[in-house]
Amino acid sequence: MEYLFYLFALISLASAVVVVSARSPVNSVIALIVCFLSIAGHYILLNAQFLAMVHVIVYTGAIMVLFLFVIMLLNLNKATEPRKTLATRIAAVISGGMLLLTLLAAVRQGIPVEPLNAEFNGGVGLVGSVGRSLFNDFLVPFEVSSVLFLSAMVGAIMLARKEGPSSLPKPYLGNELEAAAPPTVDHSLDKRNA
Amino acid sequence: MEPIITAIRLVPLEHYVFLSLALFCIGVTGVLFRRNTIIILMCLELMFNSVNLLLAAFSSYHSDPSGQVFVFFIMLVAAAEVTVGLALLIMLKRNVDSVDVNQLNRLRW
Amino acid sequence: MALSWLVPALPLAGAIINGALRRRLSGNVAGGIGTVLVLAAFALSALLFQAHDPAQTPVAVHTLFDWITVGAMKVSFAFQLDALSITMMLIVTGVGALIHLYSIGYMHEDKRVASFFAMLNLFTFAMLLLVMGANYLITFIGWEGVGLCSYFLIGFWYTNPDYNYAARKAFVMNRIGDVGVVLALCLLFSLFGTLDYVEIMDRADSLSPGNVLIVGATLLLFVGAMGKSAQIPLFTWLPDAMAGPTPVSALIHAATMVTAGIFLVVRSSVLFELAPLTKDVILYIGTATALLAASIGLFQNDIKKVLAYSTVSQLGYMFAALGLGAYSAGMFHVTTHAFFKALLFLGAGSVIHALNGEQDIRKMGGLKNVTKTTYLTFLIGTLAIAGIPPLSGFMSKDMILATAFQENIAVYVLLLFGALFTAFYMSRLLFLTFFGTYRGTAHPHESPLVITLPLMVLAVLSVVGGLLNLPHVFGGHEALKHYLATAADGIASESLHLAPAMEWLLMGLSTVLVLVTIWFAYDRFVKNTTLEGDTADMPAFKRLIAQKWRIDELYAALFEKPYGWLSNVLHAVGEGRITVPLMNGVGNTALRAGKLMRRVQTGNASSYLLAMVAGTIILLLITLYGA
Repeated sequence: MEYLFYLFALISLASAVVVVSARSPVNSVIALIVCFLSIAGHYILLNAQFLAMVHVIVYTGAIMVLFLFVIMLLNLNKATEPRKTLATRIAAVISGGMLLLTLLAAVRQGIPVEPLNAEFNGGVGLVGSVGRSLFNDFLVPFEVSSVLFLSAMVGAIMLARKEGPSSLPKPYLGNELEAAAPPTVDHSLDKRNA
Repeated sequence: MEPIITAIRLVPLEHYVFLSLALFCIGVTGVLFRRNTIIILMCLELMFNSVNLLLAAFSSYHSDPSGQVFVFFIMLVAAAEVTVGLALLIMLKRNVDSVDVNQLNRLRW
Repeated sequence: MALSWLVPALPLAGAIINGALRRRLSGNVAGGIGTVLVLAAFALSALLFQAHDPAQTPVAVHTLFDWITVGAMKVSFAFQLDALSITMMLIVTGVGALIHLYSIGYMHEDKRVASFFAMLNLFTFAMLLLVMGANYLITFIGWEGVGLCSYFLIGFWYTNPDYNYAARKAFVMNRIGDVGVVLALCLLFSLFGTLDYVEIMDRADSLSPGNVLIVGATLLLFVGAMGKSAQIPLFTWLPDAMAGPTPVSALIHAATMVTAGIFLVVRSSVLFELAPLTKDVILYIGTATALLAASIGLFQNDIKKVLAYSTVSQLGYMFAALGLGAYSAGMFHVTTHAFFKALLFLGAGSVIHALNGEQDIRKMGGLKNVTKTTYLTFLIGTLAIAGIPPLSGFMSKDMILATAFQENIAVYVLLLFGALFTAFYMSRLLFLTFFGTYRGTAHPHESPLVITLPLMVLAVLSVVGGLLNLPHVFGGHEALKHYLATAADGIASESLHLAPAMEWLLMGLSTVLVLVTIWFAYDRFVKNTTLEGDTADMPAFKRLIAQKWRIDELYAALFEKPYGWLSNVLHAVGEGRITVPLMNGVGNTALRAGKLMRRVQTGNASSYLLAMVAGTIILLLITLYGA
């Protein structure tokens, strides 16, 4: 049954490479979804059932949909995609590779960690087990995360609001000029790849 | 499920480490490789996922649920971060009229 | 007495008060302070003289505090009271007080009178340190101090660049001598392990004559004396120093500072007795200086320059005396010279003051009826320096001539010639200034009492000063010589043993020759009023002498030009090509490095990300494989 692991691993890696190298953003999104699904498969193999479900629902179902919405909103396609110079891309690949090698070397030097629980409990990924741990040991972070979500929501709405006359800064001491003429964008330093 | 679980234990833990490392580094390469901000954000998600996978593997192999709880929290934070990040992206598009990350270079010398 | 430290402290206080309040004090107040303090120092010196018993305690050392204690070197700040230092103290403070009084009148209209008196007081302080020091180092402090004050005072009217040049010239030449003194001090310390006079005098007896180190040290001390007392070759600064006000010339360049060299030699007479070679050098240089300067004085037309060359010449006489081993004769001449030379200078100042600044004797004349007191005192001074008995100058000069006759006939002949020159040019000065008809354009008037009083006092001293050291042939007891013998062993070992008949013969010969010379000068300058013409019209040898043997030009070609050339080269190459580009290069390099470094701040988010990843990799590598 071990071959399942290697299958899923292959799918993850392949789709990850596609995410990085695809021209069109939509293709990248699709590849990322495939990657996420393969990772969900990994979770199931590890018997982390709760995690697998949450992963599919939150990541694949919500976050990637959000990405797709934004891509659609900004009307991005293959034509408007900016590309980097060849030298930069080679540099990027090399640094990524170097990071991989370094971390591998680090891992090889690592000392094996003894497990906390001597006896193996296969049911550690079940919903009940995770729930018990979550609500007993990690209750406070769980509650605080709701505040996190609140702030994220408020922030997102504030940031993405369209600028209208009501969103201009009210005149206060010293900003009459700013209120009269909102700051304009200076495009003189834009460097566009033709 | 038992045969799956006992079979999976035959896969040494190092292989999960390697896989996670590979995914992480592919994510890093993606961040450096692409100019489109959305793709960069997606590669960030890739990096998050590699870490999640590693945490879950360790949790399963060492029979410790706190690893999976941690993954849960990471997912929470990633969701919030994606929300705010995409909102920023929309602001970016409105201000410089492009999603190219290299357009944000006013702080040069 | 334990109050010996007050003697230099009083003028120092005057210097500080006058210096600090120089803008607030009027001329009379500042002058009064200066004069009173120096007078008080004189009174104190007289008291110390009374209290000093040469038979019981010939040498008294008062230590103020331990100054330098480094390893084996122990130098204390101490004053030594013995016959030699007390004599010099009396001369310095006495003549100094008279000159301070004179300056009140002379510098009356000057705007910076208070600073003048401050510097005069400072000079007196330094000179007193010089003569009262108990070890070579204190003397050296005073030595340098008087050189410094001389620089200040020569260049007192600093708005004139020629005066500044003269001041610098004096200082540089003094400095050249100072190098000699410092080297001598090092040699002495290495020889004796101490710089105290008392110790050195004691230990010197154990050394053999002709010791190379002693000869070297004494030669170097004489180099210092050459610079300070204007002997060949370091004498050209003294005539130029006449750029300073006349009281300065009188005090510093006639009576006190220039005698510091002679004082140093007499102080170290023990060492000089052990170095016959040095004594010969001193003798030859002194004689040559005496003759050379006297020859130059024959044709000078500035009243002060004549007196300056006369000073150089008389200093040559003093050094000749030292070279012959007649230390007491040298000190005797120092004393009498202080009297009549100060008198002559102050008299010249009075004449200049009367004529509103005129210094050229070709434009003077006939002043003897207008400025009677000045004329009378100047006459006395001239007779003294010419050597007419029984004035003081005759006594001291004759003692030197007698010793020269005993030791070295050739030197005697040369010194006699020099005496005749002296008589000639001094009478020329007297006659052209005071006799005949007035040839100038100003309105001469007699100077006030504050100027003429010091003249009168000094005239009296010039007349009776000879009694200080009256030789046996006149029935005297040579009091000064016996007094000084308690202080310097070199004096105690002097011996002048001419037959009395010989002495009378020599004295008569010199007197007759001097009178003949004066009559010759009278004939030339009073009967006919011969003024020297332009230097271009003179025959070659006379022109050479009139142009001061062109020694200044020689020094300029030999030293000033190459030094100037070297200085220019160093400026152009050393500074222009090496140090300045180096300094600028450092700055420029920093700027360029900054410009280069700036390019890192591209503002590009992706390059920043790349840098971040690269940094992380490097940190990981260091953690993994670093030492």
